[in-house]
Amino acid sequence: MTLELDRVSRTVSGVPYIDDISLKLERGSLNVLLGATLAGKTSLMRLMAGLDAPTSGRVLVDGRDVTGQPVKKRSVAMVYQQFINYPSLSVYENIASPLRVQRLPKAEIAARVSEAARLLKLEPYLERTPLALSGGQQQRTAIARALVKRADLVLLDEPLANLDYKLREELREELPRIFASTGAVFVYATTEPTEALLLGGSTACLMEGRLTQFGPTAQVYRRPGDLATARVFSDPPLNALRANKSGHTVLLDGGAVLPASGVLADAPDGAYTIGVRAHHLEVEDVASAERRSDTGAGGGRLIRLAATVAVTEVTGSESFLHMDMGEQRLTALVPGVRRLEPGAAVEVLIDPDHILLFGADGRRAGRALDAAA
Amino acid sequence: MSTPANRSSRGSTVVMAVYLIFLLLPIYWLVNMSLKTNFEINSGVTLWPQALTFEHYIKIFTDSSWYSGYVNSLTYVVLNTVISITLALPAAYAFSRYRFVGEKHLFFWLLSNRMAPPAVFALPFFNLYSAIGLFDTPWAVALAHCLFNVPLAVWILEGFMSGVPREIDETAAIDGYSFPRFFVRIFMPLIASGIGVAAFFCFMFSWVELLLARTLTATNAKPIAVTMTRTVSAAGMDWGLLAAAGVLTIIPGALVIWFVRNYIAKGFALGRV
Repeated sequence: MTLELDRVSRTVSGVPYIDDISLKLERGSLNVLLGATLAGKTSLMRLMAGLDAPTSGRVLVDGRDVTGQPVKKRSVAMVYQQFINYPSLSVYENIASPLRVQRLPKAEIAARVSEAARLLKLEPYLERTPLALSGGQQQRTAIARALVKRADLVLLDEPLANLDYKLREELREELPRIFASTGAVFVYATTEPTEALLLGGSTACLMEGRLTQFGPTAQVYRRPGDLATARVFSDPPLNALRANKSGHTVLLDGGAVLPASGVLADAPDGAYTIGVRAHHLEVEDVASAERRSDTGAGGGRLIRLAATVAVTEVTGSESFLHMDMGEQRLTALVPGVRRLEPGAAVEVLIDPDHILLFGADGRRAGRALDAAA
Repeated sequence: MSTPANRSSRGSTVVMAVYLIFLLLPIYWLVNMSLKTNFEINSGVTLWPQALTFEHYIKIFTDSSWYSGYVNSLTYVVLNTVISITLALPAAYAFSRYRFVGEKHLFFWLLSNRMAPPAVFALPFFNLYSAIGLFDTPWAVALAHCLFNVPLAVWILEGFMSGVPREIDETAAIDGYSFPRFFVRIFMPLIASGIGVAAFFCFMFSWVELLLARTLTATNAKPIAVTMTRTVSAAGMDWGLLAAAGVLTIIPGALVIWFVRNYIAKGFALGRV
């Protein structure tokens, strides 16, 4: 089936939860809803499922309007972030429950449950009750219940958020594969950009109840349409520098002046926001930078900005450097262990090709170049 | 060995023992009396029956004017408990799951019903039930007690129901359960202890309530507590018989408490623990 949201909004006591979203999800597709908490991911899923009715707009399944249809008449399966199972039933009965309601023959139920249990490695626990299981096993039970139903629309609302990290990685890899074979429209909500990238498919970025962009995941990531999308789809947070272009120079808010190169060269004069992802920043402490310029290495192509180190965080094989540049805060993600003293003077290197340039209206400038790239 | 820890634990044992004796003494005395002859009761203090007799119990179980009191009491108490829980379950679900205008006021008003003394309601109930022919039936008392027990059961059950995540209701709807099937198959087992506690409180309040029970019955549905208060005969008080009746009155309550003992604390907190 295809699921289509047509200008859907939902307002709860004056507060807009979902603001005019139109979206078309194709049969057999994997779709990621990406957004911070309170961005409207769960609200949107509840509209898709039919648990809530939109204040305005229509929900279409295969072109048929199902807006007012109650959830139990729809072919939907949903997994919540909290582990939701029926505590009074055994794991087997939990998984079998949607099939029992459909009054399927016993043999068929047994076959489907054991297949789901095998896929989700629940076979040893079928006789237990959900509360006697670990969190990961409880969530797998919920996922198995969503799987056996063979619903046309499968909604997973941050299903892995409460699981430990090894299990997340394992399940994140398997889930799309398990559900892909069912031909369902698969919707996966997450707050983590990394998770969206690993899942692939298409991504819809949500911010404050609005859909900022929907498209193939990699494309949304590399070429965000606007500043909001880039911010949502960026972890660690996007470095956003306010700047003013006039002629061949760009004046940053902090007072630094750059040559207008790369994407900046073609943009008309005016106010911009320069966005750079943390892993695209390179950091050199001033001493070694001087040495290198002596030898003439390092292309003049790179933009160099002076900053001071505020905090260094080392996470095993990578380091986060938080730096101040005037009023603005920059975060760089660099490989290896880099410990720099707070207050140390550094140079931040930016490749102009990595700059995401956003106009005053938040739209990304220089989109014409995308075609060439 | 007499370590300080040992000594202090022995101290608390003594305190507990004294307290328990203090609590249980009246009950022991009741049992003690029920097993004595009236002559022994009247002739002085004896700590245990010198001439053990079961005549009082035998009289209660053979004399219909006595045992029918128990039957009547149990009838209206059970009726009341069943009615109260049956009405309170959907009401509590509505309070727990839906938001509607005046919900909070209605909820509070329910509980405030318990604040009025029962005597206030005795007269209207008497007049009403006499008019419609319910007077002196177990139904009269059972329905009258609903006035106090339905609100209480709603409060207790609402607390337990609010402890069940709403997502379970939704998951059941997504799975395709109809509401009645979901309610009975999935939801009620989750609040089973709440239902038990609510039933216990209904049972208990109905079992010990005397004023309405006495006002609304005459002879056919006379409850045991009323029978006990009307046993002063020309020959004076039949102490032993009264004591035996008292012992038998304690037993149903004690049995029910035994079954819900693990949940009572939560029930007193109206499920909000």
